[in-house]
Amino acid sequence: MKNYIKYLPFLAFGLIACEPEFEEGIEENEVYNAGEADFSNYVSLGNSLTAGYADNALYVQGQENSFPNILSGQFELVGGGEFTQPLMADNLGGLKLNGNQITNNRLVLSSNAGQPVIPPSPIAGDPQTEVTNKLSGSFNNMGVPGAKSYHLLAPGYGNVAGLPGQANPYFVRFSSSDNATVLGDALAQNPSFFSLWIGNNDILGYATSGGTGVDQTGNLDPSTYAPNDITDPNVFASVYSQLIGGLTESASGGVVYNIPNITDIPFFTTVPNNALVLDAQTAGNLTGFFQALAGIFTQGLIQQGVPAQQAQAIAGQYAITFNEGPNRFIIDVPVTQTNPLGFRQMQPEELLLLTINQGALAQGYGSVALSPEVLQVLGLLQQGGSPSPEQAQLVLSAVNGIDDEDALDAAELQNISNARTAYNSTIQGLAQANNLAFVDADGLLQNVSQGISFPGGIVTSDFVSGGGFSLDGVHLTPRGYALVANETLRAINMTYGSDLPEVNIGAYGTVTLSDNVN
Amino acid sequence: MKNFLISGLLLMLASATAYAGGYRVAAQGQRALAMGHAGVGVVNSAETAFFNPSGLVYLEDKFTVSAGITGVFSNVKWQNTSTGQFAETLQDPGTPFYFHAAYKVNEWLSLGLSVSTPYGSSVEWEQDWPGSHLVNDINLAAIFIQPLASIKLSKHFSIGGGPIFVTGNVNFNRNANRTLTDEQGNRSNITIDDTGVNNTGWSASFMFTPVEELRIGFNYRSEILLNAEGGEATFANFPNSTLTPQNGTTEFDATLPLPAELTIGFAYEMNEKWLFAFDYQRAFWEVYNSLDIDFANPNVATSINPRNYKNASSYRFGAQYKATDNLTLRAGYYFDESPVQEGFFAPETPRNDGNGYTAGLSFQISEKFAVDASFLYLRFKEIDASYDSYTENGQTVPFEGTYKSNAFLPGIGVTYKL
Repeated sequence: MKNYIKYLPFLAFGLIACEPEFEEGIEENEVYNAGEADFSNYVSLGNSLTAGYADNALYVQGQENSFPNILSGQFELVGGGEFTQPLMADNLGGLKLNGNQITNNRLVLSSNAGQPVIPPSPIAGDPQTEVTNKLSGSFNNMGVPGAKSYHLLAPGYGNVAGLPGQANPYFVRFSSSDNATVLGDALAQNPSFFSLWIGNNDILGYATSGGTGVDQTGNLDPSTYAPNDITDPNVFASVYSQLIGGLTESASGGVVYNIPNITDIPFFTTVPNNALVLDAQTAGNLTGFFQALAGIFTQGLIQQGVPAQQAQAIAGQYAITFNEGPNRFIIDVPVTQTNPLGFRQMQPEELLLLTINQGALAQGYGSVALSPEVLQVLGLLQQGGSPSPEQAQLVLSAVNGIDDEDALDAAELQNISNARTAYNSTIQGLAQANNLAFVDADGLLQNVSQGISFPGGIVTSDFVSGGGFSLDGVHLTPRGYALVANETLRAINMTYGSDLPEVNIGAYGTVTLSDNVN
Repeated sequence: MKNFLISGLLLMLASATAYAGGYRVAAQGQRALAMGHAGVGVVNSAETAFFNPSGLVYLEDKFTVSAGITGVFSNVKWQNTSTGQFAETLQDPGTPFYFHAAYKVNEWLSLGLSVSTPYGSSVEWEQDWPGSHLVNDINLAAIFIQPLASIKLSKHFSIGGGPIFVTGNVNFNRNANRTLTDEQGNRSNITIDDTGVNNTGWSASFMFTPVEELRIGFNYRSEILLNAEGGEATFANFPNSTLTPQNGTTEFDATLPLPAELTIGFAYEMNEKWLFAFDYQRAFWEVYNSLDIDFANPNVATSINPRNYKNASSYRFGAQYKATDNLTLRAGYYFDESPVQEGFFAPETPRNDGNGYTAGLSFQISEKFAVDASFLYLRFKEIDASYDSYTENGQTVPFEGTYKSNAFLPGIGVTYKL
């Protein structure tokens, strides 16, 4: 018997080895196929959206949920290789340059006695990502937050000496050399498959600054562009075709993304332009105020020698009527001959930025500061009196229009729309010409703004609560990036005849809760 | 203290991946196990104390003991072809054990003691696997200690039974939901833990022997509710937020039922060499309607986990062949119906109907001493199943996939006669 007992451990070991097997096992690569594409070495190029940027920062958890990383998990099922990312040092997300913090920590949703606190605040803590600590090796995820199209071709974009200014701190961390380009570092990896989502920042800097930059359409030299400018569509087209040309040389295939409309992004849709909610009396006061203002201005013009009829026509635009309930705000616009006072009421399609001071809006920003002195002048006018020049000036300067940097007016929206339409036709054209998979990111975010339901909820683009957008109102949540990944998988399956499964949206998180704020 | 330690050690040994319906563990005697775990009509060792106490009085020896231990090597795999996810349970061999003893007071009365672990479950998935909102790992074990009396009313009829003292423990960890993490990205999770959960039950049985070659048995074991009261619930990796539960511990109450079980069957001794046995067993799993975990902290909602088990049957067939004076060979088969209903397939007890193939032998080393060995291969068909009672935001979120599992149970034991 003893002789047999000594074999028992071997028997036990043998039993462990007898694992059950599925008829068609995912793990055994019996379920899916890669079609005509080769996913063995996938490299992603792009900006913050490719990097996994969220909540106004790049941090580890966000990077783990970047759409390229989600994709690579599915590619693994059909022979995809390891997918490396230039991970940040922590989940705080702030960057340091020579020990000084140069970007904020990520935003979190704090709470007070069970109620969320809006707006979100940066998480507390001392971030440990030092830009000058060069990461070794190459990285499959070449997404560089802040990059515009032409930056991917710019030597020195990863040179620490160019900070702050021409270089990008995120690319400085992992560029292969001071003169490296993002495209060059990507091609050096010999990608078998690529994704390219670039161009968002070519309009977004302009948009998020309230259109304070310059629309550079017509200027073909991007080295003269400032961060908040719109890139010339021809520059974009030239850059984009160089990118595609380089990438398609080695890769078996790739996927490209178009540029979404900013009106589907909560940064531009959260603060309504008609949030001036008035009771009947205040509405009446404001209407009276602007009638008085128009009257004063008419008199002023006539005194300056303008014919009465013309003076009335010009000043008449300032006799703005307000009603009980919501009214659109007043914004400042450039002073022109037809609008000599440089303000008007917002038009329905015009947008306010998420970063506008909402406290100030409640205090008369975007309308009029009806001080007792102003009301006194109004009273005088109602009784048929004539205001003094000082009193007239008091009325004119009481108008407190919204500044350019807090709003996108119709002309600015038109500039953005023109550029975006041109970029998108370039992207779609080159995708078709090169037989690449094409993701209509614009259409996807439109759908998100309508709401996309899944088992357990619905993803919308509502700020904080919608689940699609992170707390900065521009970048996506893990769940939002998972939607992008699924849209990508559908496009790849269609183009390359592959059979890749989509991920489970509900398993990806949304915004992060924490009261660890300063 | 010493008793407590021993009890703890025994419980540790006892936890085993459930491989009979629900969290029932069928390994209470190597001889019976080798015969498809059929034994309600079999009288051949102290194992009868578990399978049919009324049969003890028919044992010929003054004093007999049967003791053994079984290794449970269980594998469960899960995959979801619509998402490409897959997972499998980690190997954590469980070791259910038994100790049965019988003492013949006189021709009409035998007394006995049975210590066994008929219920237990140990399933460990990889932490944060796709079903982690339902279970990361669970470990539950219950030790049954039962003093017995067996009385022969006539040559043809005996009765038996006794009270059952149960001590159990439970440890269950799962994530708070599908996405919540702390500030570092660690998934928020909850562990409930309780030890020394005690309760009592009883069993009663009879044996009818119309002719010497045929024994007909009946055994009923009562339902026992394991009421964990004031157990410890630990909340871990929750973010620092007043919108979520706080990290730390609170008390919880929960009830886990060990269902009643009715077995009828017979054993037929064809000749000196051959014996055949059949058992039909009905387990009254209907009692396991929902696992509700009620937390003492009023800010944490009661966790309601519908189970909706149904009563389930198993059919057991066994044969014994006495090859030589010293060597007895056994083989058997059983079909085990799962109590889990469609839409309630929770990965904490991932069990569909199973087919058990058994074999074993006894080797009589001396007149008093025999070694019993058994082996069980338990096979489950591949099954597409889902658990549909998990909700988020008031919406049902099914957890779906394909499961495939099996189990190997080698067991060793001894039989001693005086």
